[in-house]
Amino acid sequence: MSDATHHQDVSAPLPASLTKLGKFWDLNEHDHPEGHSTMLGFWIYLMSDCLIFAMLFAAFGVLGGNYAAGPGPRELFELPLVAVNTSMLLFSSITYGFAMLAMQRGSVSQTQMWLLITAVFGAAFLSIELYEFANLIHEGATPQRSAFLSSFFTLVGTHGLHVTFGLIWLFTLVVQVSRKGLIQANKRRLMCLSLFWHFLDVVWIGVFTFVYLMGMLR
Amino acid sequence: MTAVPLPTTAPPQWSPLLGRFSLEQLPFLHEPIVAATFVGVILGGIALVGALTYFRLWGYLWKEWFTSVDHKKIGIMYMVLGLVMFMRGFADAIMMRLQQAIAFNGSEGYLNPHHYDQVFTAHGVIMIFFAAMPFVTGLMNYVVPLQIGARDVSFPFLNNFSFWMTTGGAVLVMASLFLGEFGQTGWLAFPPLSGLAYSPGVGVDYYIWSLQVAGVGTTLSGINLIATIIKMRAPGMTLMRMPVFTWTALCTNVLIVASFPVLTAVLVLLSLDRYVGTNFFTNDFGGSPMMYVNMIWIWGHPEVYILILPIFGVFSEVTSTFSGKRLFGYTSMVYATVVITILSYLVWLHHFFTMGSGASVNSFFGITTMIISIPTGAKLFNWLFTMYRGRIRFDLPMMWTVAFMLTFTIGGMTGVLLAVPPADFVLHNSLFLIAHFHNVIIGGVVFGTFAAINYWWPKAFGFKLNQFWGKVSFWCWVPGFWIAFTPLYIMGLMGVTRRTRVFDDPSLQPYFIVALLGALLIAAGIGAMIVQYGVSIWKREALTDESGDPWNGRTLEWATSSPPPAYNFAFTPIVHDLDAWEDMKRAGVGRPLEGFRPIHMPSNTGAGVVLAGISTLLGFALIWHIWWLVGISFVALLVSAITHTFNYKRDYHIPAEDVAAVEAQRTAQLERLAQTQGATA
Ligand code: HEM
Ligand SMILES: [Cu+2]
Repeated sequence: MSDATHHQDVSAPLPASLTKLGKFWDLNEHDHPEGHSTMLGFWIYLMSDCLIFAMLFAAFGVLGGNYAAGPGPRELFELPLVAVNTSMLLFSSITYGFAMLAMQRGSVSQTQMWLLITAVFGAAFLSIELYEFANLIHEGATPQRSAFLSSFFTLVGTHGLHVTFGLIWLFTLVVQVSRKGLIQANKRRLMCLSLFWHFLDVVWIGVFTFVYLMGMLR
Repeated sequence: MTAVPLPTTAPPQWSPLLGRFSLEQLPFLHEPIVAATFVGVILGGIALVGALTYFRLWGYLWKEWFTSVDHKKIGIMYMVLGLVMFMRGFADAIMMRLQQAIAFNGSEGYLNPHHYDQVFTAHGVIMIFFAAMPFVTGLMNYVVPLQIGARDVSFPFLNNFSFWMTTGGAVLVMASLFLGEFGQTGWLAFPPLSGLAYSPGVGVDYYIWSLQVAGVGTTLSGINLIATIIKMRAPGMTLMRMPVFTWTALCTNVLIVASFPVLTAVLVLLSLDRYVGTNFFTNDFGGSPMMYVNMIWIWGHPEVYILILPIFGVFSEVTSTFSGKRLFGYTSMVYATVVITILSYLVWLHHFFTMGSGASVNSFFGITTMIISIPTGAKLFNWLFTMYRGRIRFDLPMMWTVAFMLTFTIGGMTGVLLAVPPADFVLHNSLFLIAHFHNVIIGGVVFGTFAAINYWWPKAFGFKLNQFWGKVSFWCWVPGFWIAFTPLYIMGLMGVTRRTRVFDDPSLQPYFIVALLGALLIAAGIGAMIVQYGVSIWKREALTDESGDPWNGRTLEWATSSPPPAYNFAFTPIVHDLDAWEDMKRAGVGRPLEGFRPIHMPSNTGAGVVLAGISTLLGFALIWHIWWLVGISFVALLVSAITHTFNYKRDYHIPAEDVAAVEAQRTAQLERLAQTQGATA
């Protein structure tokens, strides 16, 4: 753990020069490095967010078959479109990975470039999703039509909202990187967004599998 | 029979500018009780604002408190919030007790159904979310960093923000008193009653948004404290050398992070039903109200452990300190806490055995519920064995602890009784249940909070609390509780239902009158408690504790001065044993007197107040369907959050000279103390 690196190691035998005082008080301590708990904290936040998705999945699991004499997945879902959409998000994860590699190399311009490419894929994903929603609503398959559609729109829409906020965050970071460069604080932020972005990818794979693929089998 | 007019439940009119707001929505214009309260609150508010202005305290409050990122000050602010809201919740309780004591023999009492239903809903919501939760969060905030030898929490700004989000939620609940109405659904707002069809007004929306705003704060503070406990412990403090209170705080915050998102999600679904017209919990179009009940209790049961676990930690600290002994069975205490944490996710269905899940499901959840009583019982024995052969000092914290052990045990046993599904079919929804959970919440959380306040007050302020008034409060509260709630146990066994406004059977009236007397005794206890605080502050010179360790404590918070300096410890302590401070005292080690270094500290910021203020406004606009304000405040929220991230300079160093000066004062204080003690010895 990172604590060990900046505190003296208490298990090691004490040098003779250290008095009793030094045994009980860290006389030679250094600051906790800035942001030392951020990644842990952000990870815990993601897990709490994951629980929100878990509840939405659960709601879909319970209500997903309640069509209320309305349309079901087989009439509504267009798998090829969803497949294209999924690939957009997967590509965006890869390009985010490239942004992180560029960041490791310390290249500001390449980091920004890959971030923007990621944003393009993210925006494409959102557009296709909105197109799909618009089509469904046009066909009368609105969120109000049945509990199945309520839970479908809510689960997929919440994911979409997350991607939207991810995009806003991404643009903010592009600006911040251009202002301050790849300083430690910005690297940490990029790493948090990276976790967030990949997390959304994982959630989407769940959506794709449980909602779309298994919906078609239902 | 005097007819009390039923308020209309027709949906309020909507206008683009004011949303659903209109003069009809001001209850104090047509309900005398609310009018009187309103006048009182306005006068009190003017007096408070006037006094703060007159004594020029606004700047001080803003600079030293509202924008503070110091975990100690935030902890104290949580406690103040909790106390204020506890008063409000108690006022609701007294109103219900009075109504039920007189609504017999054809009398309708003095509260109409619309009002009475709001009162029990608001009472439950306020007591759980805005009294008990701030109490435990405040205690954890204040004590945990000190106990682990840290200078602050992992994310100090977030801590400030969390506090203000909790306050924002409380503000919304309070606003519902005078602007519109609160929910009339009971504290968990079950649909379909809480759906649009049966609750078209703003009441349920107040409920939803106050909990959502506060819930963000709670979740973030949970994340913050977990990271703090994992990352910021003093060197040498392994997990199994962590003070028990810190252990219980860790488990509690794990529970918070693993359950509050569930509440958030289920409330989002309810709002979608209400705002968008989806069909999650409706009766038709495939919705399932039963899913709501399941989901909300998946949060709800862990929630009761969120409240009680840190309080178990308080009792552990108090018992071992005031018995002058190491806690009996530390390891088993830790394991019991962890086991309770896990089991608390496997029992939620015991809240609705009657919903018809079938015998096997009910048996499973009945048995898991009974199993929880095993680790809880282990804890009680640990406390008893700690006291056994100890040199017990019956100061106020210890008195509350003993009262807790007696009271809580009985509450626990009635809980096991309710865990038997066939028994629950009889007792469900009865006053027996009400008596049971007040028995564990008051006997546990409330008594524990009082123990904690008496125990840590000298640490926070540098002087002890007055014993006499503390004892008066104690002897009003404990019998008061039993007088108020024993009648409810008895009536519950006879089948009297909860949430009932008027009664047909006159033979019940004596019980309700006794319960009212008990509540009045509790009121006296609360009064004595306020006097206790007042007298102690007034006579603080006589109660001063210079040592920083008035109870001969065992954990690290007692190793520093009272109140502690902003940085808590000039040097980080190194831990070699459980009860680290006791270990230091045994080794006869003093404080370092030289070699001070600059100390790295987070800077204060007003961003938390601003962000939480805008969130509250957003909630308010959503409640009233004022869509233009929703838009503006949402954009404002986004913009100010992003702006805040452009501020990279969030910390500073306290120069070594300043640290040296503060520590020199402390040295002088301790020398003075040693001299006077030498003189009297
Ligand atoms: C201090 C003394 C208290 C008194 C005299 C009191 C009294 C009452 C009464 C009369 C009811 C209504 C029972 C009914 O439905 O017939 C009630 C309900 C309730 N109380 Fe208390 N209470 C007190 C403290 C607390 C505390 C400290 C908490 C929690 C921290 C609490 C939580 C609740 C809850 C959750 C309900 C259920 C509300 C509902 O029906 O939705 N109470 N209480
Ligand atoms: Cu429970």
